[in-house]
Amino acid sequence: MGCQSSHPSAIPELDEIMLETGFSQASVVRLYDRFQALDKEQKGYLSKYDLQGIGELAVNPLGDRIINAFFKEGEDLTDFRSFIRVLAHFRPVEEGKSNETGRPEPMNSRLRKLQFAFQLYDQDSDGKISRDEMLQVLRLMVGIQVTDEQLVCIAERTIQEADQDGDGAISFEEFATSVEKLNVEQRMSLRLLK
Amino acid sequence: QSFSAKLYMSSAVLIFHLSHKVTRVVPESALLIVLGLFLGGIVWAADHIASFTLTPNVFFFYLLPPIVLDAGYFMPNKLFFGNLGTILLYAVIGTVWNAATTGMSLYGVYLSGIMGQLDIGLLDFLLFGSLIAAVDPVAVLAVFEEVHVNEVLFIIVFGESLLNDAVTVVLYNVFDSFVAMGADNVTGVDCVKGIVSFFVVSLGGTFVGIVFAFLLSLVTRFTKHVRIIEPGFVFVISYLSYLTAEMLSLSAILAITFCGVCCQKYVKANICDQSSTTVRYTMKMLASGSETIIFMFLGISAVNPDIWTWNTAFILLTLVFISVYRVIGVVIQTWVLNHYRVVQLEIIDQVVMSYGGLRGAVAFALVALLDEKKVKEKNLFVSTTIIVVFFTVIFQGLTIKPLVQWLKVKKSEHREPKLNEKLHGRAFDHILSAVEDISGQIGHNYLRDKWSNFDRKILSKVLMRRSAQKSRDQILNIFHELNLKDAISYVAEGERRGSLAFIRSSSTDNMVNVDFSTPRPSTVEASVSCLLREKASSVCLDMQALEQRRKSIRDTEDTVTHHTLQQYLYKPRQEHIHLYSRHEIIQNEDEKQDKEIFHRTMRKRLESFKSTKLGINQPKKLNKSHKRDRGQKRVRGLPFTQTKDVEFSDPEENYESLHMDKGVDFLANVTKQNCTDATSGIDNPAFSADDDQSIYMKFPPWLTDEDSVVPSQRARVQLPYSPNNFRRLTPFRLSNKSVDSFLLADGPEERPRAFLPETTHM
Repeated sequence: MGCQSSHPSAIPELDEIMLETGFSQASVVRLYDRFQALDKEQKGYLSKYDLQGIGELAVNPLGDRIINAFFKEGEDLTDFRSFIRVLAHFRPVEEGKSNETGRPEPMNSRLRKLQFAFQLYDQDSDGKISRDEMLQVLRLMVGIQVTDEQLVCIAERTIQEADQDGDGAISFEEFATSVEKLNVEQRMSLRLLK
Repeated sequence: QSFSAKLYMSSAVLIFHLSHKVTRVVPESALLIVLGLFLGGIVWAADHIASFTLTPNVFFFYLLPPIVLDAGYFMPNKLFFGNLGTILLYAVIGTVWNAATTGMSLYGVYLSGIMGQLDIGLLDFLLFGSLIAAVDPVAVLAVFEEVHVNEVLFIIVFGESLLNDAVTVVLYNVFDSFVAMGADNVTGVDCVKGIVSFFVVSLGGTFVGIVFAFLLSLVTRFTKHVRIIEPGFVFVISYLSYLTAEMLSLSAILAITFCGVCCQKYVKANICDQSSTTVRYTMKMLASGSETIIFMFLGISAVNPDIWTWNTAFILLTLVFISVYRVIGVVIQTWVLNHYRVVQLEIIDQVVMSYGGLRGAVAFALVALLDEKKVKEKNLFVSTTIIVVFFTVIFQGLTIKPLVQWLKVKKSEHREPKLNEKLHGRAFDHILSAVEDISGQIGHNYLRDKWSNFDRKILSKVLMRRSAQKSRDQILNIFHELNLKDAISYVAEGERRGSLAFIRSSSTDNMVNVDFSTPRPSTVEASVSCLLREKASSVCLDMQALEQRRKSIRDTEDTVTHHTLQQYLYKPRQEHIHLYSRHEIIQNEDEKQDKEIFHRTMRKRLESFKSTKLGINQPKKLNKSHKRDRGQKRVRGLPFTQTKDVEFSDPEENYESLHMDKGVDFLANVTKQNCTDATSGIDNPAFSADDDQSIYMKFPPWLTDEDSVVPSQRARVQLPYSPNNFRRLTPFRLSNKSVDSFLLADGPEERPRAFLPETTHM
């Protein structure tokens, strides 16, 4: 694990990354160092094992799902660009910036953050959180003392609460509405990733 | 007489500890002072003599060391050293600033004559300023215990209160000697000497502490056969460090603080569990007791009319000055610091820092040490100090919690959060924790890496028992790196012992390189506001849940659901950090949660690894199809021959997977069998293994198939090295290479990952 930080010129596609993600150069360099530190064999790619090696994730209920979010469907490796793209969702939202029409949605906007979270629930990517998927997530996030019957009950109520069109599943719009009062911008932002 | 007083004290302590409700509002320190006042009043009324006072000797030699040792021993080191720059700045510059400004302002006011006629000079004021300026660790801890602030803020204020002792001692001694010499005899040389002495005192004290820490760690390394007195060593040697520093006129508080700080890792690793527990409880007991006694004595000592001198202007102005200058000092320093810190300190943090700068018994003891022949107005100083201490401890201690809560209320909404909001909110927190972990700490700290290298290579070899060294390969207080091997070991051991019992037992810590018991530092959201928001939602819910229950019966189900969720949702990291507590050994609730999740995660990883390796393309649905396929496969007989028929997309890959699979399958099945006796009858989709056959996998596959010696489990799961070696398609042959990595052998060089020695024997 190298202790020195990389030189900006060592990072491929630095300018495009900065443009796309909105990170400052310092942040990109820092994340590149982190990427390289995680990439034990210096492959230039990260595999799931590399990320699973981070111990804290093993005691995070959603740890594995988040790891999977870094990898595209079916792939086992991710490069730096994809890595930092995911992290870009967690950049703090700049205050006071108005939504300029015509520009693409920035990656750290509320919408994007919610989409990221939604994608963690919606494992089969059908655009809806079904009852089973909700049950799975609940099972992950709740202690083992909770019985299955209770869990089913909770899952149903949760869906009931959010489901507006009565199809028994939660679409993205319903999801976004159900959390509209939450301060997503703050709760899904890392101050470190300026 | 003294006996009855002691009885009162002990009963008072008991009562206070029993009634948590009271201490939630009023900090215990304040209560104790009031009680002390009360007692002193009784004694005075009865006998018209002042009862015992808090003599500086008793304070400095018997009451203060346990508290400081307790603070040092339980100091969260990584956090402490991570913020050391900030802490030092506040401790040194801040204290000097406070002392200077307070002293000089008072002098200035004195010159204007408001205070009337006093026999004081500038030096006396500066002396007074230096002893009243220091933030007191005892008082800070006592109050912050009730007010849960975020860890960075806590460590800054707390660290400051500990480290400013050096400054206080130096300033105090310097001005004391100046006063003795007389104002006219002070020369520039003396001032320079004063500055030099600061460095000598602080660095010397630290050095003494470190030396004794080294000594202590070394001693505990060899105490394997004298376990009973292990705890004794800890206390005796730490106290020795305090006394030694005191003898050499160095900063004794710094010495014992650093002794505790530096030794904790090695001592905790070296001494046996029972000793560790003994040390912990004894330390808490001593510290708690000392604190109680200190505050009570403060109260009692106040009732001593001989010393009372009242000078309104002086007292009022002192109060004003110390508050105002503290605020100014904090603001300026924070402004400067924020340029260098990644995690900024916000306004709320600064408010808490300024307001939390309490003065306490140290100031009182110092003022009592003054020589009235040299400092003519000693009584005035004493009275003022008493009032200042009382004011800060009682008033500020009482109001800091409402203040913090008021700030919190401004930020949060008073609304019953809906199920969805709660659930998703919690999910967001977990997501954020995970992303924080993935994106890493602020960056590889060069110093930190160097230190950990040094520590690992040299220090630990010297100071830690060999057995402790083995089970802690990496010393840093972060999660060690896991590899799948550890996972298998862990899960296997768990199943061997019975799933739930394993999770609940405490001896799992050495199983993997995972340290469940230390709180993991979080650099995220180090602002009070964010943490307070978390508290708000849980507090609000409880009250409103009650109301809801009262409102309608129809909604009972709703309430129950809410309540269940609230109670059993896994807590995110920010919420369950409770760093330091004088009165409690931190409960292990978090450990349970961690272990549950860890167990679950490891099993899932094993299963998913298994599924990918078998070449079955798994969508992320529940493994229903997987179940079916595998069930069919197994039915057909020997697993080994079976899997041979699976398409070999990549020969070596599948062979490696064979190794893994056998291990994994076996484990999964053992798992399933043991899992059915889960206590609460949970039929957990997450826990139940996918396949339903148990007969075929009664024996590990290598036992059924093999014609050679049964290899150890570790050998079984080794991955062969060279990718193009088709020799390996023959039945199980031990690989000669011991490469401990599960990664496909792509690269030429495989660095073996850190792994444990044999932890399981199957």
